[in-house]
Amino acid sequence: MITAERKPFGEIADMVQDAKKLLILGCGSCVTVCMAGGEKEVAMLASAMRLANRKAGRKADIREATIERQCDREWFDKVAEDIEWADAVLSMACGVGAQFCGEAFEGKRVVPALNTKFYGATERQGVWVERCAGCGKCVLADFGGVCPIARCSKSLLNGPCGGSQDGKCEVDPDRLDCGWQLIHDRMKLLGLLDRLEAVQPLKDWSAGGDGGPGRIVREDATL
Amino acid sequence: MNALKSGSRLEQVLAAGQFAVTAELGPPKSADVEVIKTKAASLKSVVDAVNITDNQTAIVRMSSIAAGALAMKEGLEPVIQITCRDRNRIAIQSDVLGACALGLRNILCLTGDHQVFGNHPTSRNVYDMDSIQLLAMLKGMRDGKKFACGDDIRNGKNAPVVEPRIFIGAAANPFGDPFEFRVVRLAKKAAAGADFVQTQCIYDMERFERWMKQVRDRGLHEKVKILAGVTPLKSLGMAKHMRDNVAGLTVPDFCIERLEKAADKAAEGIAICVEQIQKLREIPGVAGVHIMAIEWEAKVPEIVNRAGLAPRPQV
Ligand code: SF4
Ligand code: SF4
Repeated sequence: MITAERKPFGEIADMVQDAKKLLILGCGSCVTVCMAGGEKEVAMLASAMRLANRKAGRKADIREATIERQCDREWFDKVAEDIEWADAVLSMACGVGAQFCGEAFEGKRVVPALNTKFYGATERQGVWVERCAGCGKCVLADFGGVCPIARCSKSLLNGPCGGSQDGKCEVDPDRLDCGWQLIHDRMKLLGLLDRLEAVQPLKDWSAGGDGGPGRIVREDATL
Repeated sequence: MNALKSGSRLEQVLAAGQFAVTAELGPPKSADVEVIKTKAASLKSVVDAVNITDNQTAIVRMSSIAAGALAMKEGLEPVIQITCRDRNRIAIQSDVLGACALGLRNILCLTGDHQVFGNHPTSRNVYDMDSIQLLAMLKGMRDGKKFACGDDIRNGKNAPVVEPRIFIGAAANPFGDPFEFRVVRLAKKAAAGADFVQTQCIYDMERFERWMKQVRDRGLHEKVKILAGVTPLKSLGMAKHMRDNVAGLTVPDFCIERLEKAADKAAEGIAICVEQIQKLREIPGVAGVHIMAIEWEAKVPEIVNRAGLAPRPQV
């Protein structure tokens, strides 16, 4: 999933302070799972904003809604009326959803309530961790299923740097495992350690983010 | 001594089978040329070549190529360090051509310290490649006479090919983990194109010897010249800092104890360093020593003298 965290309240309040009619729009997919922008978080943010407005003596109407996904046009139909009504939409989707909302309703000001972080998974309740950097040319097969790009702080393809110590990454030993220790251990387990001796050539980064904004066209699926 | 790759002094010393001595010079955190002159004065004729660090620990300093060119004017032979942190394959190849045009002949390929350690922790890193890919790219430029993309290194279809003639170095850290992969890293570096390596500074002699045994078992010391790294400990505080805060480095208790007991800590630090060099010389496969006297360049002549490594051979 795409993971995100809610921005600090003060920053959100500043962005929407001019809005007399505000729609807080949640997203029912990834950001619901990572507890940043689903229905519950929309309700929490809305009540905090109402309270802050009351304290500051500011008059503003706040509506709440959550749709299945903000990264698909069709789901916006259900809230089209609310969006038309609002001066501003505070999107609680990831950066993709927030932009898509703005594209679906041109001329409407859409601002993000979340900081979008990474492609990750739920490690355990309340903890999400990065696993993929969307490089566009997956090499997991060569590394025992552990991604050297997303899980090594320097995206090294030929083995651990000198800073790998006791399984931890030099960048933040308290928080980060060394991705290369994990690759090494997994390859050992799989009996494939000798494959790590091959010199990996330069990577083609153009397949991912360095090739400009990405676009996938499936001729067989287009209408 | 024919078929030299670069003709650098360091290459010649090593090719002649002489025990090589290199040191390190950190460029200034300003445009102050005097700093280089002063440091160069203490190192001139004392060592065979001097590493010019590339924004080490991710703190902005004068560029290694510029500082290297200035150091060369002062009579040193520089080893230009290049890290993968700040430049992509376009910038690095361009810099290698430039370094070579300025007469710089030794280049050392490093991964580079992560930017969180430095004074611009909010910057973006590059890591277009890692140090092993960098080695392979430089070897391809020198021996294959081609850029990483496959183009010839020439100014036009009918222009001559003028490739960079460089002696290519790498670093090796026997103290990082996983230990069993450390010798594999060296094997990969040798395969990718390293002519010589300098190791991380050694305090834990026992682990270094274990690593060297693995190196010899694979015959790697015959493929790549290994210079053992040492760093004199200036003070007890420095020793403890190295032990506790520098990733991939171990300082054994006996070093700390000796410093604790000594009245003159700096003198004791130098004494330990000299003893270490003498031990390292005895280890089969060690082709030289790399003295990293961090902001203590002035002490290098004394260390070299007391270790019995002066005068340096004429080549
Ligand atoms: S190799 Fe690329 S696509 Fe595969 S997990 Fe890593 S970043 Fe993602
Ligand atoms: S310590 Fe490990 S994860 Fe961290 S940069 Fe080095 S190799 Fe990568």
